[in-house]
Amino acid sequence: MPVSLETAADPENLKRVVIEPVSRVEGHGKVTLLLDADDRVRQARLHIVEFRGFEKFIQGRPYWEVPVLVQRLCGICPVSHHLAASKALDIIVGARALTPTAEKMRRLMHMGQILQSHALHFFHLASPDLLFGFEADVAERNIAHLAAVAPEVAKKGVLLRKYGQEIIRHTAGKRIHGTGSVPGGVNKNLSRAERASLLGEIDAIIAWSREAVDIVKRLFAENARLYETFGRFESGRLSLVRADGALDLYDGGLRATDAAGATLFDHADYQRYYELIHEEVKPWSYMKFPFLVERGAEAGWYRVGPLARVVHCDFIPTELAETERRALLDFDGGGALSAPLGYHWARMIEMLHAAEGIRELLLDNDLSGDDLLAGGERQLRGVGIIEAPRGTLIHHYRINEDEQIVSANLIVSTTHNNRAMNEAVCQVARQYFDGRELTEGLLNHIEIAIRAFDPCLSCATHALGKMPLELELRDAAGRRIGGLRRET
Amino acid sequence: MTEMTNTFTLDGKEIPFREGETIMAAATAAGVYIPHLCHRPGFKPHGSCKLCTVNIDGRPSAACTHLAAAGMRVESETEALNADRRALTQMLFVEGNHICPSCEKSGNCQLQAVAYHLGMSTPHFTHFYPARDVDASHPDVLLDRNRCILCELCVRASRDVDGKNVFGIGGRGIRSRLIVNAASGRLADTGLAVTDRAVAVCPTGALLRKRDGFSVPIGERRYDRHTISDVTTETEEERPRHD
Ligand code: SF4
Ligand code: FES
Repeated sequence: MPVSLETAADPENLKRVVIEPVSRVEGHGKVTLLLDADDRVRQARLHIVEFRGFEKFIQGRPYWEVPVLVQRLCGICPVSHHLAASKALDIIVGARALTPTAEKMRRLMHMGQILQSHALHFFHLASPDLLFGFEADVAERNIAHLAAVAPEVAKKGVLLRKYGQEIIRHTAGKRIHGTGSVPGGVNKNLSRAERASLLGEIDAIIAWSREAVDIVKRLFAENARLYETFGRFESGRLSLVRADGALDLYDGGLRATDAAGATLFDHADYQRYYELIHEEVKPWSYMKFPFLVERGAEAGWYRVGPLARVVHCDFIPTELAETERRALLDFDGGGALSAPLGYHWARMIEMLHAAEGIRELLLDNDLSGDDLLAGGERQLRGVGIIEAPRGTLIHHYRINEDEQIVSANLIVSTTHNNRAMNEAVCQVARQYFDGRELTEGLLNHIEIAIRAFDPCLSCATHALGKMPLELELRDAAGRRIGGLRRET
Repeated sequence: MTEMTNTFTLDGKEIPFREGETIMAAATAAGVYIPHLCHRPGFKPHGSCKLCTVNIDGRPSAACTHLAAAGMRVESETEALNADRRALTQMLFVEGNHICPSCEKSGNCQLQAVAYHLGMSTPHFTHFYPARDVDASHPDVLLDRNRCILCELCVRASRDVDGKNVFGIGGRGIRSRLIVNAASGRLADTGLAVTDRAVAVCPTGALLRKRDGFSVPIGERRYDRHTISDVTTETEEERPRHD
């Protein structure tokens, strides 16, 4: 228990600020199912309390502090925020292009992040659902149980994540809350010895990543109908792509397509993302609903993340992952492309791509170069976008002449996928709700649909890997007619 | 030069000293660390943070101001004294807004290093979260009062070394704050230069060279390379930048 040191006679008159940027309102992720007059599910609303107050909190802070500060926004992918903020600030310090060493160090850091986050998401959080069945006891749906029944699978999952974290440590300085990326470049390179030691393990990492792809591929093949239809919905897609159309998780132009796959815009300069994407506010949610301006608020929603990216790109620039991408595209005449569970498949393909990309980068002598920083004419605003593990991540800052942050706008992957997750949950509820009673089984299925996109709503709820969830049922008149909650 | 024939004992060790030398100065010269924050070798002692409190023949006193005398028996590394030091440090943490994970001074900060040295693992006391301002008006120097511990080292450095008298302390008690001696109260309207000792001397991240940020990687920061107990000006201060 903290001890109070308050001595002021009039403590109320002392001015105070709330310093914690991530005012996580303790609570549950909550799902409301709205019924129609015939007791069929009309709509699902996922309420997640997103981080709030952050944009306010960083006002007045010097811009160079931001890439480190923003890492506190997410317990799972701090590096994504670190890099997205750095990219926005590159623009502000006038570094339109980085030095080769800086660019490659950052790409390597990002690949490490993709590897560790995807491994965590799949092995620790999602694979127990998939391997033990959607109806399995909660007590069995965790990595400890996985370790007991399939020790080899669990062990590789753990080691894949660990390797990703090692890459982060070497590039950012620490596994979490590193400082490696700075406005205009990086603060360190990688020695030849460090590269050699990391290269020593990479072949095993690539091999295990291939096995991970195979696990999901096999699950799809064995349960094609279930996997293809579970929570399935159609929507547009958004992601970055490289100038030649390749998958690029670190940089590129924005590509958007509609549900039928027609291009809405391509290779768009993301410095002006706000002309393409607007955000709608709804009275029942703290989270905003982004949409493509061209299509309007109702029709313009889209999905982001691994499946959107893998479907979106023209090719993956590493060989093994590209072969796997083709297998996913061809599966059952495109049956996996709109399936929420297809996210896991795409996720493992991206993990394989990251493993291959890490090998390529570690062999590149530019990583050991000494030219770390670039700069140019100071700008007053900058936008940075990266493809974070869970999807497109936008950071947008404006500074004043004294180099302090004046305003910030962040759109995180979970926000982009807000409507998409509601849609998946709605479909699952339609498939598994009997019209009368909320059951544990239904809750499990909803949780599995959410987890396809987001491992644990970590930016919204409590601890890593926990997803406390509350389910609520409302009738056509809006009256609450049922509820169910689970703590883990 | 005075012969150093006089000695006192510090935790049982014989420490030689010159006439007029403080316990702190003699200990430092002998390579013995006494935790401190408002003291810096070469500066006039200030005696405000009380971190350096030692027992002199059984009575507590500040080592940075107390003159050494022959035959004194001084105790510093005792369980009780270190517990007091830890509590004082914790109070400094909760009185300001010190958020090490996102502070660019992390790894170079004396307050943080002292806290680690004393084994402080939590702030223990309730945070005050005071509202304090940032002065970013100077083109090359940032003043972030959230991190100021009112040690007055910058006040002394600016007045006694730089000859500019840029800083002062205003207000009382919990409302004390570092003030800038200009009609506008803004750093931009003073003669402060980024190369001034006043900027380098700050033991925390309150006075910073702008844009340095996180340019030094983890592993190469001051307290990654030195321990706080090897005290020299070099281990306690930024070297002036010549660019
Ligand atoms: S700004 Fe730094 S040197 Fe000056 S009083 Fe505050 S902590 Fe001490
Ligand atoms: S160092 Fe002696 S009182 Fe601060």
